[in-house]
Order: sequence, then structure tokens, then C-alpha cells
Amino acid sequence: MKRRDFLKTTLTTTLGSTAAVGISSQSVMARGNLKPAPDAVGMLYDSTLCVGCKACVSACKKTNNMPPVQAKNKKDTADFARDLSSKTLNVIKVYRNGNLAVKDRQINGFAFEKRSCMHCVDPGCVSVCPVTAMRHNPITGIVTYHADACIGCRNCMVGCPYNVPQFEYENPFGQIQKCQMCNQAGVEKIDKGGMTSCAEVCPTGATLFGSRKSLMAEAKKRMALKPGEVYNYPRGNLDKKPSHHEKEIPIYKKHIWGEKEAGGTNVLHISSIDFDKLGMPPLKDRSSASVAETVQHTLYQYMALPAVALAGLAFTVAKNSNNDKDNDNKGDKK
Amino acid sequence: MSTHKALPGRILSLPFLVFLSIFLVGMYFLMQRFVFGMGEVSNLNGGFSWGIWVVYDVVIGSALACGGYALAFTVYVFNKGKYHPLVRPAVLASLLGYGLAGFGAFFDMGRWWQFYNIFLPNNWNFNSVMLEVGLCVTAYIFVLALEFAPAFLEKIGAKGLLKVLNKLLFLIVALGILLPTMHQSSLGSLLIAMGHKVHPLWQSMHLQPLLALLTALIMGFSIVIFEGSFSAVGFKEKLQTHLFKNLSKVIIWLLLIFLVARFATIIFQGNISHLLSFDTNSLLFILETALFTVPLLILLSPANRSQGSRLLIAAVCMLLAGSLYRFNAFLFTLNPGVGYSYFPSAPEIMVTLGLISFEIMAYIVLVRTLPVLHHEKT
Repeated sequence: MKRRDFLKTTLTTTLGSTAAVGISSQSVMARGNLKPAPDAVGMLYDSTLCVGCKACVSACKKTNNMPPVQAKNKKDTADFARDLSSKTLNVIKVYRNGNLAVKDRQINGFAFEKRSCMHCVDPGCVSVCPVTAMRHNPITGIVTYHADACIGCRNCMVGCPYNVPQFEYENPFGQIQKCQMCNQAGVEKIDKGGMTSCAEVCPTGATLFGSRKSLMAEAKKRMALKPGEVYNYPRGNLDKKPSHHEKEIPIYKKHIWGEKEAGGTNVLHISSIDFDKLGMPPLKDRSSASVAETVQHTLYQYMALPAVALAGLAFTVAKNSNNDKDNDNKGDKK
Repeated sequence: MSTHKALPGRILSLPFLVFLSIFLVGMYFLMQRFVFGMGEVSNLNGGFSWGIWVVYDVVIGSALACGGYALAFTVYVFNKGKYHPLVRPAVLASLLGYGLAGFGAFFDMGRWWQFYNIFLPNNWNFNSVMLEVGLCVTAYIFVLALEFAPAFLEKIGAKGLLKVLNKLLFLIVALGILLPTMHQSSLGSLLIAMGHKVHPLWQSMHLQPLLALLTALIMGFSIVIFEGSFSAVGFKEKLQTHLFKNLSKVIIWLLLIFLVARFATIIFQGNISHLLSFDTNSLLFILETALFTVPLLILLSPANRSQGSRLLIAAVCMLLAGSLYRFNAFLFTLNPGVGYSYFPSAPEIMVTLGLISFEIMAYIVLVRTLPVLHHEKT
């Protein structure tokens, strides 16, 4: 084979195979989204029920032994957390528009929105973590964090569509913090048959605990209700004798956030406001993690491609090095 | 006849002392990072958890260190020794660049004291692109050390070890080509899982590994030309443009494939509107594309290919182009969500500049003490 041909063959094979993998992996070996665990637990947050009392924020901090985020004068003991941080795993945010006249109205209105881990069905943080420090419980669907394995590369933060995992930057020996649905070692409320602290204290049932299945059914039921009529809203744990209160049915957006987004989530949100207005990310149905894994597993299946490449390279290099020596010897004779 | 020689002259000079002082300032802030935590010195936050320490020191720094990779490809796979004189300086620069990328990844780790967890197989998550990057970069640093070892062994006269090393050289070089192909493409794959946070003009999903690999090769060849010019000035010799002429032809193809793949993806994904919006992101895209196109136009002319200054301009353009592509994708146009912004703090910048200074100082010391640069006797 001529040198020039060899050049072309080698380079095009390398680049070509990478490109081919890119294109073919879209259909041939696609891993697809992970499916919800049959008995996954979750929460349903109904923005229209939330009164912004932040009892859930307070209860969350108590369960996780986290201090309130103080206002600037530092005298106030109320929690002034504006967003998730390594000290705030659950936060209530406000949507504001125009003159703020009516609650749950998109124009000239306001609404509340909860931010906490969505406990994705196909979690990006679990997929990207090199050391399995993020884990997805196959039964409960809860996404947990394990500091003993974590190296602090913070890929989980980058790989989370919702910016949920938060690193303790201010601590020289910090770790990642995220909501673990009150089932972390030492708390284990779910394993003990309980519910999350935020759902437990919510006075209106805006945060409702339960299995993903029954929460999804409840959300769909609310979508079908007639606005203006009265509905008996459950509070606490949907699957275990919830208490109820009556309230007028609002005009819901026909969208259950977490049913499909990036493979779905175990924490579902419903609202009267479009979710992009509430700060939810622009997600497609297919999870990015599943695409990344498809590409990676196509390239590295059984390490076959790298092994073949190494053998080919070693052979070529050995052959060309010998030729090289011959050339050198000829050169010396001149 | 020609040989490798140490560059004559003193090590200590005014520029060297300037680099030394920048390095010391950087180390002061790096010490603060370890004592008080990353929040003390950096502007990293919940949305931007990767700042310049990851994006410059690791993602771009390793690409700038691809000279050894690009040359190993050229020399051993398809040109049979023609570029030999360039190999040693390129391998040294790669070793220093990758060494610092590894160090950068280490001090950026939030839980650096358990860094070894990534080397323990029971922790491995085979779905993780980061695992591939971490293991593969580490392995490549060792391979580079072995590739550079002959310069050191020649200096101390360890002929026995040299012989053993030369016998294994074919395997070392083969790994030296395979490993960067793997982790440089994986650096691109890191962007896939970042999904919507990556701007549509840079989110090529399945083509991320290909585009990253192409920029690594383009930057690798460019740094070889760049270092060749440096070495020519050092020895007060004429630039060996005849060596670069054929490299240029390879680069032309790489640039063409890159630009075609890039635009095809954007058209295929229906993102032309983002390109024509003329906001900051679209302007960054245009600047980046210009930096890829100008060297292509320069190199397409055979007359330019044998002119040292033109080659150098093309090389500098491509180094900037590749760096900007990676900066844009990972940092400049990244949108993690409302309420997050990032600009590196002065200490963060000083740490990075300090490490670049260290790299330059180490390069100067080593080329002046070890037989690295190639001297053509006449």
C-alpha cells in the first residue's frame, strides 16, 4: 500500500467510525429512556394549592439539620433562601407578572413554585457520575448520594437538568447536597412507612406524598375536573388515609410536568401557569443521559473497538518503525 | 547528520523570572483553595459548577497538548519517520500539558482527598463518560512519560533501559495514538448529557465525539507548527517548512470535515435561526467559524504552505479556533438556567496563569538540560 493511501485509509477509518457511531447509534443500539420503577414513590406538587407559607422549607431544614439562610441584617430568623443551595434542599419560589392582582394567573398575577429534587426516572446525575456516588433505588426510585464514594468532580451538577445537586463550596472538605426524599441513612422515613417532611407539614396538600402511580392518577383526575366547582383535595400521604379539605377548582394547564419530560420524574408538578414561566427547563421527551450512554456504549461495547484499534495500530507502528530503521541506515551510508 | 541536542544558553532570564513570580502568586491562591475551600477563591456556583479550571486547564489544556498525539499519528502511522525531528519537543509539551490537565482535574475536585476512588473498579460506573476521561487521561500521562523517557535516559547514559524501551516502543506509540483518540472524543461526549444547557449551535448530540476529536487533531497539528517555529528561533535556524508542507494537507482535510459536519448538524437540527440571530452567541459562533476558515484559506494556497510566517498565522488561528469552540460549548454560551452567571475570579485566573507559567518554565529548563530539540548540523 502506498503511503498516501495508507494515510487516507487510517485517518478516514478513525474519523469515519466515530461519525458512523454517531449516526448509527441514533437508531440501531439506542438505549432509550429508563422506565419508572413499578412501586416508585414520589410527590405531587400542585402550585394552585400552595399558599407560600414555606412550612415545607422549614421542615426540610429541620430534617436535614440545615441552618436557615438569613437576610442581610442577620437578625431575622425566618428563612430567606431564594434558590436551592448546599444549605437549602427545598425552596418555594414566586412567579410574578404585571400588577400581581390574582393568584395563579399568568398575566397580572402571581404563583408559587417548589424546587427540590425531581427524582428523575432516568436521572442524569446517576448516569454521569464516574464513581457511582449517585444511585437510583430500583424499588423506590429515590435518587441518593453517597459521599464516601464521591470525588467532587461535580458532573452531577452539570448533568442535572434542574441544577439540583449542590456542592458545599464554602467548606474545604465539602460534599454534594440534594433532597433524598427523607430516606437518607439515619432518617429513612420512607423505609419506615412514613412520608417526606415537606408533605407531612404542608397545610393545603400542595405537596402530596404517595406512589408515583396514584399521584399520576390524581394529577390526571384534577386535569379533568371542571373549573369553578368544588373538589375535596387530599393532604399528606395519598396512599394512607389522607385528610381532606374542600377548595374551588382552578383552571389547570393541561400538562403534568414529570409525566414525560426527559423520561419523566417521580416528583410531579401541576399548575395554572406555563412551566417555562415557572423556570422549568426546556426538556425533550428523550433524556440526554440515554443519548450519552448510547454513544458511549456503542463506542466501548466490550472494549471491542478500542482493542481492534490497538492491535491495528501496534502492527502498523511496528512495521513502520522497521522501515524507518532501514531508511536511517541508508541515510548513514550516504 | 542530525541529532537531538540541549538548547544552549542560560536558564535564568528576565522572562523566566516573570513566569516564576506569576507561578508563585498562583500557588498562593491554590493554597487558599485547599485551606479555606473552593468558594473562597472561585466564582463557581450551583449552575456553573465547571469554571476555567475544568474548561481551560483540562478541556482546552489537554487539546493544546495534543501535539504528541497528532505527530505520533503522522510519524508512525503514515509517514515513516519524516517528521522525527519534531517528535521529542512535541512529546515534551504534551507531557507537560497533560500533566497539568491531570493536576487541574485534581485540585478542581471537591473531594480531592478521595480522588483514588476513580481508580477502584468496584466504584466504576460504565455509563459515565467522565469515568472514561479520568482513567484514559491518567493512562496517557504514563504513556507520555514513557515516550519522553529516552531523552532522559540518553542524558544519564542508561543504555540497557533504552534498549528495552525501544523494543516496546511500538506498543507505547500505539497506546499514545489510541488513548487520546478515546479521551479527546469523550471530552466532547461530556456535552451530550448536559443536554439543553449547551447552546443549540454547540449541542450536536451524537456528533459531539467526532467534533471534539477533529478539534483535538487540528489543535495538535497547529501546536506542532507553533513549537517548530519556536525551536527554529531558539537555534537561529530556518524553519523546516518542508516538514510542515505535508502536515498542512492533512490539516486542510480536517478543517473541511469539521466545518461540513458542523454546518450539516446545525442545518439538520433546524438551528439556522440561532445562527442568524446576531446575539452574543451567534457572534461567538461567527468568530469561531472565521478562525477555522481563515487558516483553511491560507493553507489552500501551495505558496503559503512553504512560507513560515503564513504557516504560523494559520497555526495560531487554529489554536484560537479550537480553544474558542471548546470555551463556547462548555462555558461562554452555557445556560444552566435563570439566575446563574459566571465570570472567573482574579484568584481563579491567577491559578490558571500560574500553571501555564509553570509549564513554560519546565519546558525551558528541560529543553536546555535534556536532548529534546533537534539540531540539524550542516
